[in-house]
Amino acid sequence: MTAAVELKGITKKFGDVTAVDNVDLTIEDGEFFSLLGPSGCGKTTTLRMIAGLEFPTEGSLSIFGEEVGTLAPNKRSVNTVFQNYALFPHLTVLDNVGFGLKMQGVAKKETKERAMEMIELVQLAGLETRKPSQMSGGQQQRVALARALVNQPKVLLLDEPLGALDLKLRQEMQLELKKLQRDVGISFVFVTHDQEEALTMSDRIAVMHEGKLLQVASPEEIYESPANRFVADFIGRTNLLDGTTSDNETVVLSNGTSIRAQNTFPQGTKVSISIRPERTKITQRSESSDPLSSIQGTVETITYLGNARVYGVKFTWLSIEVREENRPGLEVFNVGDDVTVHWEHDAISVVED
Amino acid sequence: MRKRESTEHVVEVATPEFEKTAQKKEARRGLLMALPSYLYLILFFVIPLGIVLIYSFATRNRFGGTDLSGWNLESYERIAEPIVRTILFRSLWLAILTTVICLVIAYPFAYYLSTRKPAIRNVMLVFVMIPFWTNFLVRNYAWRVILGNDGPFTKVTEFFGLGTHELLFSQKAVVLGLVYGYLPFMILPLYAAIERIDGQLLEASRDLYGNGWQSFKNVLLPLSMPGVIAGSILVFVPSLGAYVTPEILGGAKTTLLGSYIVTQFLTARNWPFGAALSFVLMAVMLLMTIIYFRKGGRTL
Amino acid sequence: MSNAVEPRGLSKIGLQINGWLVYLFFYAPIVLLVIFSFSESRNVGKWGGFTLSWYEQFIDSSNARNALENSIKIAIVVTIISVILGTMSALALERFTFKGKRVFDALLYLPIIIPDVTMAVMLLLFFGEFFEILDNLFGIQLRKGFWSISISHIAFNISFVSVVVRARLAGMSTDLEEAAVDLYASRWKAFRHVTFPQILPGIAGGALLAMTLSLDDVVITQFVAGPGWTTLPVYVFGLIRKGVTPLINSISVIMLVSSMLLVGLSLLAERTRRGG
Repeated sequence: MTAAVELKGITKKFGDVTAVDNVDLTIEDGEFFSLLGPSGCGKTTTLRMIAGLEFPTEGSLSIFGEEVGTLAPNKRSVNTVFQNYALFPHLTVLDNVGFGLKMQGVAKKETKERAMEMIELVQLAGLETRKPSQMSGGQQQRVALARALVNQPKVLLLDEPLGALDLKLRQEMQLELKKLQRDVGISFVFVTHDQEEALTMSDRIAVMHEGKLLQVASPEEIYESPANRFVADFIGRTNLLDGTTSDNETVVLSNGTSIRAQNTFPQGTKVSISIRPERTKITQRSESSDPLSSIQGTVETITYLGNARVYGVKFTWLSIEVREENRPGLEVFNVGDDVTVHWEHDAISVVED
Repeated sequence: MRKRESTEHVVEVATPEFEKTAQKKEARRGLLMALPSYLYLILFFVIPLGIVLIYSFATRNRFGGTDLSGWNLESYERIAEPIVRTILFRSLWLAILTTVICLVIAYPFAYYLSTRKPAIRNVMLVFVMIPFWTNFLVRNYAWRVILGNDGPFTKVTEFFGLGTHELLFSQKAVVLGLVYGYLPFMILPLYAAIERIDGQLLEASRDLYGNGWQSFKNVLLPLSMPGVIAGSILVFVPSLGAYVTPEILGGAKTTLLGSYIVTQFLTARNWPFGAALSFVLMAVMLLMTIIYFRKGGRTL
Repeated sequence: MSNAVEPRGLSKIGLQINGWLVYLFFYAPIVLLVIFSFSESRNVGKWGGFTLSWYEQFIDSSNARNALENSIKIAIVVTIISVILGTMSALALERFTFKGKRVFDALLYLPIIIPDVTMAVMLLLFFGEFFEILDNLFGIQLRKGFWSISISHIAFNISFVSVVVRARLAGMSTDLEEAAVDLYASRWKAFRHVTFPQILPGIAGGALLAMTLSLDDVVITQFVAGPGWTTLPVYVFGLIRKGVTPLINSISVIMLVSSMLLVGLSLLAERTRRGG
């Protein structure tokens, strides 16, 4: 099956600055695909190149097998939902939604019908004669969606569309967007800097940093098996303990502790061990635990989160975070307690710096 | 109906050359858009300016015409003569006076304006702007009517026992006219600058035991300085080169730079000298504007 | 001012008085002028009974009517051309980059800061030389008149219009134009359906400014006008210098009323556009 979007060797330079560095990417038809990364990582630039709002400096960009990298945006069958919606202030909702159809020369009657259909689909029926300034943020966002989807694009591009919404509304919209994508069936390419959002909504995620593509995988794989230190750190919360590999089964931490950690790196590679706080257990100091999958330390900080407790446990100069769900009956520790932190040896990952 | 992918020609893969070509095309479009105005201004502004410069080096022949062959600095040397210097300093002085008076009147006004509620603010601003939109000549003429012999102004001063004041045809009248004409130019930038200030800063000053004057001197004034500078330049520059106001309200006794220049062309028929004066006037203005922008002034 | 502190006590009274005085200062002369235009007295500043005779005199004076006609004709031509060129300049500066852009930007500011007198002199000399060259080279004899005045007015109005339109353009997010293109609009259609409606208030503002500046202009027009070609302000200015008569009062009031009408119309237009 032909991929919906394929990027080969895509690079974008602005003067001396390389915004996107030699990116190879394949987005399958019908998948919810996220471009994730911190500000300035190149994700928005990549999206704009797919839309045609920027031309790549180098590389091939094709949509369903057809090369479009140097094609003007008004000739590509993709549409964009902009970060601030970019609704035309002087047009009504109906005219906004029908804009693309009008530009393509669709007859007035058909334009109106199809626009109304779309407006009903996003549950804004009855508001079509309003102007964007008379609508709430959430409503404006639906107009932007309708305006893009009414043109039946092959791929829908979304540039951090939920950023301007407050938390509750954003969470609602996340679910709605996911459902919408399933209903419509086309690929959604979604740009965000919020890793939780990406994990929630995506079929696959591409993590970018400083213009480079770091990892493309399903949310589970990215979370469980991050490709490198940046990805491990960026996604969710994790403990990163620096050390060196001593063989394929062991890593020696910077304070001399040996940890059982399976890896395929040559001996002596500088690595980090990534241990997710929720994969650890905290107990009273005991000597019977497996020394290669535990550490002995002292509780330094406690953060009460309502549904959980996070303990900061210090051992020599390193510290590790332990997240314990606040279940009744579970032993609670105090600052200064001597404890042991355990984990399953396959619950951790080893990443190169 | 879906927009078809372009199949008329093969779409090429992106390369740096393509990017450069695309950028060049955009630049050409921009240049084309600017070209008509660009050419217009070069033809009807830059070239005339050049001609003035050329004329300023020319000589006045016996018949009042201009002899372009003998280049000299006579016209510029003439500027140093006492008569001319008097006129220059008088114009400079009146322009400075006008600017200061405008500043003193406009500052409290702009401050008060910025503390009003938005709805009232807009109404007040509109009423400041309305006189500005009316004909400049008429507004000067109105003062001529008021300040004239037996006019309303002197009637009022007589009524208050301040004696008869025939203000017309004096430097005072000219300053009055200039202030009247250019006060909005001081109010607007001042208001724009003061409006941007967070009132909490003044409250903080009060909280730290500053009295009203100290709050003004140490907080309000420095923060509003861009507006003060902008307004001052917007008033000073036209005041220095003013022609209509001095002509209508100043009379023969107070010759200012603007009228002096015009005389060179209409009656005295010394075009090179007039050209030199115009050029010097423009150079001074340009200098002030550059200083303004250097000091980080915003665009008009 | 955000979080503004309401002035108290003495300073509040002082500020309020200053405010009212400023408005009095602004409007008293205008009001007085209107009153005196109806005064019977030959002395322009005295009241001598109500009359419309000065207005009749204006209507009868063919010179005055002629000057008015010229002013209006010139203003219309000047406004149309200045708006077109000024808008194009604004678009070029705000939406494109090209070689020589900075020079163009600076060049556009010059007519705004240059004093009237200098510009008048410039153009006087220019037309003088220009006509002489045309005569020597081609034997064409042109004279100062409608076009020398119009060309001169356009020369400074392009800058003013572009400043106003630029402000409007700068405040408009480029997102909108990108969205239009994303939705299959060609560059021209994007301009026509998205950019243009957004900058229309700016263009209208620029047009009003150009018209006002053209109708108001005295010095430059005086220098580049030819025999038989005079505009209303220049005509009035000439009258004033010859000697003040009440006729000038009435003409002044007419000019006043028409400028206020213009402003009022544009304010109305902006309000309907904003509400619509």
